[in-house]
Amino acid sequence: MAAIKLELPATEEQIRSLRIGDEVRLYGTVVTARDVAHKFMVEEKPEFLKPLLKGTVIYHCGPIVKKVGDEWTIVAAGPTTSSREEPYQAEVIETYGVAGVIGKAGMGEKTSAGLKKSGAVYFHAVGGAGALLARCVKKVKDVLKLEEFGSPEAFWVMEVEDFPTIVTMDSHGDSLHRKVLEDSEAKLKQLL
Amino acid sequence: MAELADWGLELIRRSSTDISADVEASLRAARDREEDGSTARSTFEVILENVEIARKGGTPICQDTGLPAFYVHLPKDGDPDATRDGLIQAVKMATAEGLLRPNAVDPVSGKNSGNNEGLGLPYISIEFHDGDETVIDIMQKGGGSENVSAQYRLPDTDLHAGRDLEGVRKCILDAVTTAQGFGCAPGTIGVCVGGDRGCSYLGAKKQLLRRMDDVNPDPELAALEDRLHGELNELGIGPMGFGGKTTVLGVKIGVLHRHPASFFVSMSYCCWANRRRRLTIRGDQADIV
Repeated sequence: MAAIKLELPATEEQIRSLRIGDEVRLYGTVVTARDVAHKFMVEEKPEFLKPLLKGTVIYHCGPIVKKVGDEWTIVAAGPTTSSREEPYQAEVIETYGVAGVIGKAGMGEKTSAGLKKSGAVYFHAVGGAGALLARCVKKVKDVLKLEEFGSPEAFWVMEVEDFPTIVTMDSHGDSLHRKVLEDSEAKLKQLL
Repeated sequence: MAELADWGLELIRRSSTDISADVEASLRAARDREEDGSTARSTFEVILENVEIARKGGTPICQDTGLPAFYVHLPKDGDPDATRDGLIQAVKMATAEGLLRPNAVDPVSGKNSGNNEGLGLPYISIEFHDGDETVIDIMQKGGGSENVSAQYRLPDTDLHAGRDLEGVRKCILDAVTTAQGFGCAPGTIGVCVGGDRGCSYLGAKKQLLRRMDDVNPDPELAALEDRLHGELNELGIGPMGFGGKTTVLGVKIGVLHRHPASFFVSMSYCCWANRRRRLTIRGDQADIV
């Protein structure tokens, strides 16, 4: 199956057309945010993030970075476990008009309902593929809250190209993770 | 111990950027078992390409370089303080070089130390042995895989698991099902049966230092490792939890004597990026495998 190319920011119509199992290559601006950032976005709802996040994608990632001269380079940038953002994600998507999140291992029912309501998707990147995914980052455009949050937790604003993902939760309520969980639990019952 | 710090840095470089041949062979075999055109197969392709890029470019395989842990065996006349100082120095240099992500966070203030030094970090265990060489094993496993590690206390009513190897089997089936793709499947599963809560977890983690293709010297444990390897793959969780034929790369089981009242089963999950290397120093010769 040929991969779908998706330019960011994306429209709701583009996002609604994606289904679980679709391979999608992302192009454009993504913004990293993990645990501290999600708590911050929900509790303080900072205005300065709104124009940055509208129609684009949040990446659950704490990259390894290196500063050469005045330029940041991304050394390794794979996804981190998304489920830690489950309490916050649906609200973040709605508040900031985010088109989707990139992460690993999927998210729960609250996020699934949020994706459906707001018209967003969950893009799964291959966990551990930090070296390969770093190559897809063409430029670090900005970094926010670096001093305060520390490097892994800061908002890294990155330009990506040909960034490989698989849609595992879509805006129609479907989740590949739910299906694999149900099937494996049924198998576990047999084995026990 | 400037020299030890330099060798330590090379040890971290190898471990962070160059996955061991036995782990890579397991990943290749897993890829070959998946159907052409499947998500599972393309996921293994990405994993193997990533391994290659990291090795050639000398960059970390994964941005989560773990909480670096060192297991040291010194000769009887070895100097533990100098060894510890040298390894801490190596960790700081590796962090400055971008080979390790700064991962040491103060749980009270939330502040990241920025150089991987902190209370209890890096983790360094030092023991003495009869040989005349210094042997240093490093293990780097990601936080996601540490988070899905689990401990059971037998008997367990819900699992109908008693105090025997059949009970152990049920615990591990349950633990890996619960882990799904969260630990960056396919994982390598380290198990320890017995001990107290603390040494049981540590024992499970140390099993992950074994080679993928070794055989447990205890025939009963070897049989259980084989059986679990097959059964865990029947769960169909697959790479990253996308579904597929390989949910685990291997199962390694060790035992410790237990208290009569306790029967702990600990499972340490290691992400597919099972990063471990060994530095051996003999006189002025050093070698990393």
